[in-house]
Amino acid sequence: MGMTLARQLSAEDHDLTIIDHRTEVLESCVEDFDVMAYEGNCATMEVLREAGIESTDLLLAMTNADEVNLLCCMTAHIMNPKIHTIARIRDPEYAKQAIAMRSAFALSMVVNPDNSAAREIGRLIKYPGFLKRDTFTKGMVEIVELRVDADSKLNGIPMYKMSSIANCQVLVCAVLRNGTTQIPSGNFELKEGDRIFVTAPSGNLAILLKSLGIITHKARKVLIAGGSRISYYLAKNLLNQGMDVQIIERDEARCHHLACLLPEASIIHGDASNQYVLNREGLEQCDAFVTMTGVDETNLIMSLYASKKKVPQIITKLSRAENLQILDELTVGSTICPKELCASQVVRYVRAMQNQVGAAVTVHAIADGQAEALEFVVDDNTLHCGEMLKNVKLKKNILIACIMHKGAIDIPTGDSFYMPGDTLVVVEGGQGEVRQLNDIFEV
Amino acid sequence: MNYKIIGRIIAEILWIEAIFMFPGLVISFYYNELVAARAFGISELIILAVSGAFYWITRKAKRMLYAKEGFVCVGLAWLVMSILGCLPFYISREIPRYIDCLFEMVSGFTTTGASIVPDVEKLSKGILYWRSFSHWIGGMGVLVFLLALAPPDGNKGGFSMHLLRAESPGPSVGKIVPKMRQTAMILYVMYIVLTILDVIFLAIGGMPLFEAFCHAFGTAGTGGFGVKGDSYASYSPYLQNVTTIFMILFGVNFTCYYLLLMKQFKSVFTDEEIRLYFGIIIGSTALIAINIRNQYETIEETIRHAAFQVASIITTTGYCTTDFDRWPAFSKTIILMLMVIGACAGSTGGGLKCSRFLLLTKGLRRNIHYVLKPHQVQVVRINKRTVGENVLANTNAYLSAYILIIMTSVLVLSLDNFSVEANLSAVLATFNNIGPGLAEVGPTCNFAGYGVLSKLVMILGMLLGRLEIFPILILFSPSTWK
Repeated sequence: MGMTLARQLSAEDHDLTIIDHRTEVLESCVEDFDVMAYEGNCATMEVLREAGIESTDLLLAMTNADEVNLLCCMTAHIMNPKIHTIARIRDPEYAKQAIAMRSAFALSMVVNPDNSAAREIGRLIKYPGFLKRDTFTKGMVEIVELRVDADSKLNGIPMYKMSSIANCQVLVCAVLRNGTTQIPSGNFELKEGDRIFVTAPSGNLAILLKSLGIITHKARKVLIAGGSRISYYLAKNLLNQGMDVQIIERDEARCHHLACLLPEASIIHGDASNQYVLNREGLEQCDAFVTMTGVDETNLIMSLYASKKKVPQIITKLSRAENLQILDELTVGSTICPKELCASQVVRYVRAMQNQVGAAVTVHAIADGQAEALEFVVDDNTLHCGEMLKNVKLKKNILIACIMHKGAIDIPTGDSFYMPGDTLVVVEGGQGEVRQLNDIFEV
Repeated sequence: MNYKIIGRIIAEILWIEAIFMFPGLVISFYYNELVAARAFGISELIILAVSGAFYWITRKAKRMLYAKEGFVCVGLAWLVMSILGCLPFYISREIPRYIDCLFEMVSGFTTTGASIVPDVEKLSKGILYWRSFSHWIGGMGVLVFLLALAPPDGNKGGFSMHLLRAESPGPSVGKIVPKMRQTAMILYVMYIVLTILDVIFLAIGGMPLFEAFCHAFGTAGTGGFGVKGDSYASYSPYLQNVTTIFMILFGVNFTCYYLLLMKQFKSVFTDEEIRLYFGIIIGSTALIAINIRNQYETIEETIRHAAFQVASIITTTGYCTTDFDRWPAFSKTIILMLMVIGACAGSTGGGLKCSRFLLLTKGLRRNIHYVLKPHQVQVVRINKRTVGENVLANTNAYLSAYILIIMTSVLVLSLDNFSVEANLSAVLATFNNIGPGLAEVGPTCNFAGYGVLSKLVMILGMLLGRLEIFPILILFSPSTWK
């Protein structure tokens, strides 16, 4: 978790100090990122003082132990009352009190990678067909990821015909082809195997799916392989929506525990990596299959098997997100990395903290982190207000994906324009050159 | 191995070298030394051309750098910098033989200060500037300067850490603030401020400004090239004392100055390395002063000379106010021992470094205890922190390499048939980046008498000493180039 954060935050040019009690981890951190490292227990006064807590703006307590994280935040807050703290709290039993007693624990924010992953998977299951969904402007606009298959209606279609095929206002803002991201122009033709990122108002998602011929009946039966914490959060979420949930878990004691926590779900004791067990539990009849064991390789194999069995929606959990590129050719459905999800939550908080004029409101990494979608509010300092977009010159690999004007969503064309107070969603495929809205314009 | 990024960094280093050389051209014109000016002009063009060629070849370099590339890069950069940096000496014919030019330049960059010039006062001003300024560049390190300007990985990863580690002296090199670029900048700002202070204090004492600058460069880098044949002997006691103090200051770990600025006085005053460093200085000064009390007229003079020589040798600067070759054997032996110990880690000085000396003695004490009580678990602690076993092992390996190199070099040098004392002290004085040795290479003599082979060995020795052995040594290891 800390490593993932270190990578994302050091890429954004922050001054980072890492505390850990494992020397090897620290050494590899210092070699890989531009950070400083201290060895020791992060919840002790001496170590925190040595690491310079008095002059720190934000403390991220991300150890595996919830108790240590809480103690760390409390200690740091007493030593430096101005500090912001974010703690990682994983145990569902602590989650409530961590939120209720936020001020006593001195927490600015609580992150729970398992819970955010479960929520993300839940959203994906709601609209099968999308590999990934990112929301903007308070949930009114989304960027969804689709895969162009051989028999897809989109195969071989140039960009400018996109809206007529989709029967609604949509815009392809990035295409991931052979591991590289492109920001497409009007004549760009889609090919089989492309992963495309489509901007659309949330209300249009159902129309989009229908016109593209992607079956969209509501998922009824979900099979989860592996009874981890995420499985618990996910099952609870899905059960609330009235779905039928089955969890296969190898450890008997864990099965028992889950059965107590989730009386409505059916908990099966068995090895999900065994294909016979999967068949027996009705893999072919389920609408969505989620692989959730602790071993990435097992998850991938199970997902591949499920795709062979033509399960409509497959979601694979991966603990490490570094090798997403090589997965492009595999049909493992959506991939979810809890660490990355959680890290991007923290990064969003950090960006909000910076609070500089014109800074992005939200930022989502799309296309395996090769592109970014940023949400900005137009203010009086923004250039080119009221000019038609076809007359405004943007930098290379940058695109305005959406303009929200007084609550109305506009997927922009050459004739669109924006005014102060509007919200813009900008997609950039470069290397994070966009810090403020005015950075997108060609000087 | 990523050859292209190494080439790219060398191109950038050469560019910096060309900029640093430029004042030499201006000074030569100012003093109307047209031969030297022409030499500087031609050298500048050659360096820029080589730099440009490297730029062009490596224009598609990927910004990836691992420990191996870091070491190779530092080793090669210093070699190339010296080979091209000595061109002004050669082209101006002020030092006729190329091997001597190279010796002089390496001696400059590695802050050794060992010279082959028979009469320094005959050199032109521009050349004198470049000789002294090379100390200043080499003292803190030219790659550290590059890191302060523009980290080769564009501030994104931790790759540049390998460069800092390979170039900065000491058993464990770390950053003082989270960002590499800021760390390098803080180091250089402190370095520049201290140098300017030195210039001001020297100028107040009536030293001409040009000489003050040259001497300050030599003091800051703990180098030792002066502008006079007798080094510091003919300057006033005030100037000698100012230089004593500044030499000692530049031998202190620069992190301590940062901690002082951050008002963490306690951690500086209780630092074991600092205490050892000052303890050795005070102790050896006292012992030498007692030993040489009959050679000088007043107590003040005795202590002044003793303190100056001790400071000059332990910080590996190499200025002198008196010919310590004529001191009694006891004092000369202390001087030899100071040559080996050297300054603090993280300073501009050379030698084995006080922190390594501390680690070695503590490790030795533990081993003795181990013989007596084999089952007692013991850890070595410095500044109340446990030292990792790998740090101890590395320090021991360093000592072995150190001794092996000295033995081999002394053997090669002895072919030239100087006295054993001269050969040993010549190797110690070059390998530890000090400058003057004893007997035939004593403070009043120079290194011109040695043959080409010995000079090559000493050139290599100086580079090995400044870069702490491994960056140079791995250039000769076949597995590096596979």
